[in-house]
Amino acid sequence: MDRQIVFSIKNVTMDFQISGKTFFSKKRTLRALNNVSFDLYKGESLAVVGESGCGKSTLCRIAMRFYTPSRGEMTYNGENVHKFKGNPLRNYRQKVQMIFQDPFSSLNPLHSIYYHLKRPLQLYHGYKGIELKAKMNEALEMVGLVPPEEQGIKNPHQLSGGQKQRAFLARILAIGADVIFADEPTSMLDVSIRLGVLNLMNKLKREMGKSFLYITHDIATARYFSDRIIVLYSGHMVEWGDVDKVVKHPVHPYTKLLISAAPDPERETLAKLEVRDDVEKEVTMWTPESRGCPFRNRCPVAESRCADDFPEAVEVKPDQFVRCIHAKEWKTENSAASEKPERNQPVG
Amino acid sequence: MSALLEVKNLSVDYITLNGAVRAVDDVSFSIEEEQSMGLAGESGCGKSTIAYSLMRLHRPPALIADGSIKLGGRDIIKMGEEELRQFRWDQISMVFQSAMNCLNPVVKLEKQFFEIYKNHGITKNRQEARARAEKLIEIVGIPKERLNDYPHQFSGGMRQRAVIAMALALKPKLLIMDEPTTALDTVVQREILQRVYELKKELKFSILFITHDLSLMMEFCDNVSIMYAGKIVEQAPAQTILKNPQHPYSYGLKNSFPSLHGDIGYMEGIPGSPLNMSRIPRGCRFQDRCFRAQDICFKEVPPRQQRGNDFYDCHNPMGTLTGSRN
Repeated sequence: MDRQIVFSIKNVTMDFQISGKTFFSKKRTLRALNNVSFDLYKGESLAVVGESGCGKSTLCRIAMRFYTPSRGEMTYNGENVHKFKGNPLRNYRQKVQMIFQDPFSSLNPLHSIYYHLKRPLQLYHGYKGIELKAKMNEALEMVGLVPPEEQGIKNPHQLSGGQKQRAFLARILAIGADVIFADEPTSMLDVSIRLGVLNLMNKLKREMGKSFLYITHDIATARYFSDRIIVLYSGHMVEWGDVDKVVKHPVHPYTKLLISAAPDPERETLAKLEVRDDVEKEVTMWTPESRGCPFRNRCPVAESRCADDFPEAVEVKPDQFVRCIHAKEWKTENSAASEKPERNQPVG
Repeated sequence: MSALLEVKNLSVDYITLNGAVRAVDDVSFSIEEEQSMGLAGESGCGKSTIAYSLMRLHRPPALIADGSIKLGGRDIIKMGEEELRQFRWDQISMVFQSAMNCLNPVVKLEKQFFEIYKNHGITKNRQEARARAEKLIEIVGIPKERLNDYPHQFSGGMRQRAVIAMALALKPKLLIMDEPTTALDTVVQREILQRVYELKKELKFSILFITHDLSLMMEFCDNVSIMYAGKIVEQAPAQTILKNPQHPYSYGLKNSFPSLHGDIGYMEGIPGSPLNMSRIPRGCRFQDRCFRAQDICFKEVPPRQQRGNDFYDCHNPMGTLTGSRN
């Protein structure tokens, strides 16, 4: 299947200097992202999961050009994003858009929904008069804010959280974005409303070929909405690939931990988490000097050699990659047993 | 087992310029000793209003219009100011939604514990208070040296655990947890709930757990009440709600979270938006969003179908159609 890559990130590393800006203080650097690479195809949704502080939002901000990465490059339709200036930059800003977590603060409370849609349509497309009105209504209808004449004149405070997120999506559609970075778009919404927004995003993906980078910490919705998944830990990609394979048969201990922590009503009692209790639960700060596997001090199967190097990626199954010292053993064990029918046991 | 908390016909109004809005309408439930009960529903359905009125923390324009709240035989609504002050935290304590922001950022954790003990007349001795606080903070999994730290030096999950330790300081009989983990990561959320679950067995208290995340509640609670627009529409053991919900709203909530292991098909969630409480329609409150609504639902308030302690309010319940998930 030939799939078009719309956005791609290669070996991106992001360092933040957290102290040492004056002459007297010691220089300290935090490495928020370490060698992150991925391709985003047209009409695809790629989920990035991980806990707070693992670099998910940094990734989004780099893509939006809020930060310049310390190393690595980003391409949009094959062109280097950080070389954009003038018209190409304007075009990039139009085509790559972001949805924020908090729908309550991402819309201007003083302006109507129509106003939010009107500005981008005027600025980027130059629509006027009746045509402008028609385009605004079309965008509103697309996201299910009907009837558009009634919803458009409302101010954001008259809408519920889910409706606000829809209005924000309408704005992105009005601009004409191709690539949408969604930074936890549903985590502030009620569980019952979440699916509606996800289904809407799914529709945009299928029918209009929009690509989504879906950042979340909820692995169940990632599985529902996405085609591929990246598990990020402390700025490192620890496991990635086809979403069903990763969620059903996780190999990396961190992925296993994430999945066992997700609420699952099919378990009748609270299942015990596989974490080591004897260590600090905080994620260790990663610096450019740090070596080894970032997860080793929380890992139940860590060994001394985990401290030496961060292992290379192993393709344990077609389209499932893991960076863990145990991945190779896991692969040999499983390829021996691969003649047997696939086990369908719940994980975690 | 006897009922620890009994709420009968509780109604809470918010007085607005356009008249009173009834946020909680004729709600009755009871919690038994050492039981955990869940209260689920969407934002604005009145869950938090119930939690606040159980501790009588609500302020005008909220008013308790009717009903009684009894904890161990004492009526909370009839209590005077001083009685209420002693009663709060001692009998019922609460972990708020934004508990991480409840801690005073400029006061060390140790002193915040000391103030609880001082104000409730347990001890005025700083050393003794410290010893008690150390014990408490260790059971929630924070090293005791960290009592000397300021709240901003803790991570979100640790702050939440510190607040839970504070809530347990006076060994209350009931712990109200109002969306305790919504702002936290799944792994941290899991660790905290697991700890609370163990503590509940150890210290023998009851829990009222409020959330909109039904999947979490199913694992954590014995009994679940589903609330919609100020009314409890269904009440049943967690497993019943999961396997065989009767009210279409419970069914919708149950089907709002995608499965981790099973097949993934198209899932609907619940269409529409929560009801505007100042415009309550005739008949069933869920009529506009219900996929099983019939003519009668728009005309008459659904009758309560009681089955032992369980009940549901619906004209056209799900019956036994919903045996399997997804």
